[in-house]
Amino acid sequence: MSERPEYTPTELLAVVASRMLSDNQSVFVGTGLPLIAGMLAQRTHAPGLLLFFEAGSIGPRVPELPISVGDSRTYHQAIALSSMHDAMSLAQAGYVDVGFLGAAQIDPFGNINTTVIGSHQHPTARLPGSGGANDVASFAAKTIVILRQSARSFVPKLDFLTTPGYLDGPGARERAGLPAGTGPYRVITQLATYGFDPHSRRMTAASLHPGVTPERIRENSGFTIPLGENLPVSPVPSAEEIRLLREVIDPKGVVLSK
Amino acid sequence: MEILQSGEGQLLGFRDPDENRAWVQQNKSRALVDKRMSAAEAVSRFVRDGDFLAMGGFGHVRVSMALVYELIRQKRRGLRMAGKTAVHDSDVLIAAGCVDEIEVAYTFGHELRGLSPASRRAAQSGRLKVIAEISNAGYQWRFLAGMMGLPFIPTRNMLGTDTLKKSSAKVVRDPFTGKPVCLVPAAYPDVALIHVHRCDRFGNSQIDGILVEDFELSRCARRLIVTTEKLISEEDIRREPAQTVIPYFLVDAVVEVPFGAHPTLMPQLYYSDEQHIAEWLSMSRTDEGVRQYLERYVFGVPDFAAYLEAVGGQARLRQLGRIERYEEPSITPWAQRDGKGER
Repeated sequence: MSERPEYTPTELLAVVASRMLSDNQSVFVGTGLPLIAGMLAQRTHAPGLLLFFEAGSIGPRVPELPISVGDSRTYHQAIALSSMHDAMSLAQAGYVDVGFLGAAQIDPFGNINTTVIGSHQHPTARLPGSGGANDVASFAAKTIVILRQSARSFVPKLDFLTTPGYLDGPGARERAGLPAGTGPYRVITQLATYGFDPHSRRMTAASLHPGVTPERIRENSGFTIPLGENLPVSPVPSAEEIRLLREVIDPKGVVLSK
Repeated sequence: MEILQSGEGQLLGFRDPDENRAWVQQNKSRALVDKRMSAAEAVSRFVRDGDFLAMGGFGHVRVSMALVYELIRQKRRGLRMAGKTAVHDSDVLIAAGCVDEIEVAYTFGHELRGLSPASRRAAQSGRLKVIAEISNAGYQWRFLAGMMGLPFIPTRNMLGTDTLKKSSAKVVRDPFTGKPVCLVPAAYPDVALIHVHRCDRFGNSQIDGILVEDFELSRCARRLIVTTEKLISEEDIRREPAQTVIPYFLVDAVVEVPFGAHPTLMPQLYYSDEQHIAEWLSMSRTDEGVRQYLERYVFGVPDFAAYLEAVGGQARLRQLGRIERYEEPSITPWAQRDGKGER
């Protein structure tokens, strides 16, 4: 048995995600790690972070980890309990700065699959479908995707393009009719954070997490990711962030001990 | 308008708005009639085999489970379901063999609890047919178009994706901006089942907390059965009309069922019964387990009151109330681990 590390890869993921959020931003969050990142940001550097939930809760101070994005834990000290029509319309009209999503598969353009593995008609694995992900990634000014990276999740071609990233490259979102200036901003995994090249709209590395080598990035991706020179190292969690994650936000380890 | 793309998904529950207006004028009475009845009578009168069914609530929140169990008990078959973040309801109905076809925005998952063994098994074996994909906002706006008596609503989601390709939506060139825009077709469910906090005997209903899609769904569905935690008087409704979410003329049946959303969550009243949901997730790993579950909790009990006894009675229900009010910590029994942080 090794000693308990100072932080786990999942905790690092949550902290890196949390630090991408700014105070007084609006964030549309999904269940699990995206929500944990938002809860952590609210308790540290971004107390004015405005949370949107698709089922209709707006602006809550979430006291403990909700199981569902419609859970009553998402209503706690909210500014409004509204409807999906309202939350989604506000997003479509431009009131959401950041959309924060999970994913099963992602491709070099930041497109996401959460619908099927295999063919649509005869899937080897049926997944839940878009949920609100397609909507959030269509409407939010910036989308951040958080997922566990492996050669099976970072794929050159998705089995099903559930949710739009940059589709097939520069200008494709606008040509398809998606709101102008939107698209994926960052992808965060247990190994690194990635951005998108402004010209090719393909994924590039933005920072490697402490101790991660370029070889591990290559081994854990089904497509080539340009690593560039002198990549920065991702920020390391503070003791306070780890304490909040373990003692306040997810004390039972429902998400963080995965 | 120039059609740029047509989704190849099956068009579920669409009607010409004029046809629906005519149906509404003939079938939806404006009279103040006492609509109270039992769950058994409501289902037998207003839900037919093959109906397009949409459930109120969201995932594990404010779902009319009392009517879900009654659909199973009365062996409704061939239902076509709106998978509009339909989670526990659709999982149990699919497992019980009531649903043949589904249009999926979000199904087959229980959010943090993991994926649904039973309904995924049905989809992967072909027993359940996924006839179209859509997104949550897309489904919501199908209901909005229906509620407004329109054939479609223009939206800016789904564009450029396989979700649109497998949906029943179309992409046209917007005559105002010249940009491509998605049109989601109106949906008119044959029947919707919605659980509310309070209503009067005519069906005037109040909901506390998020409405999700129920404002729109109650207005686009042809038949609407409301189950309620509590019956209140018409005077109570008229004293605070701003609280009315669903007016009586939309409602066909009123069923008083305290705890009628169990095991899902009823905002401010009781939290979701995670122990019971964990039991379902565990038993539904096999067809035999599904059979045993339904025997224990649906066919083996005469009504919802007996079901509540079978799931732990007043002691359990009071505990769920304490959890909802933060007086007792919530539990996550489906997240069993071996102590080393591994599942």
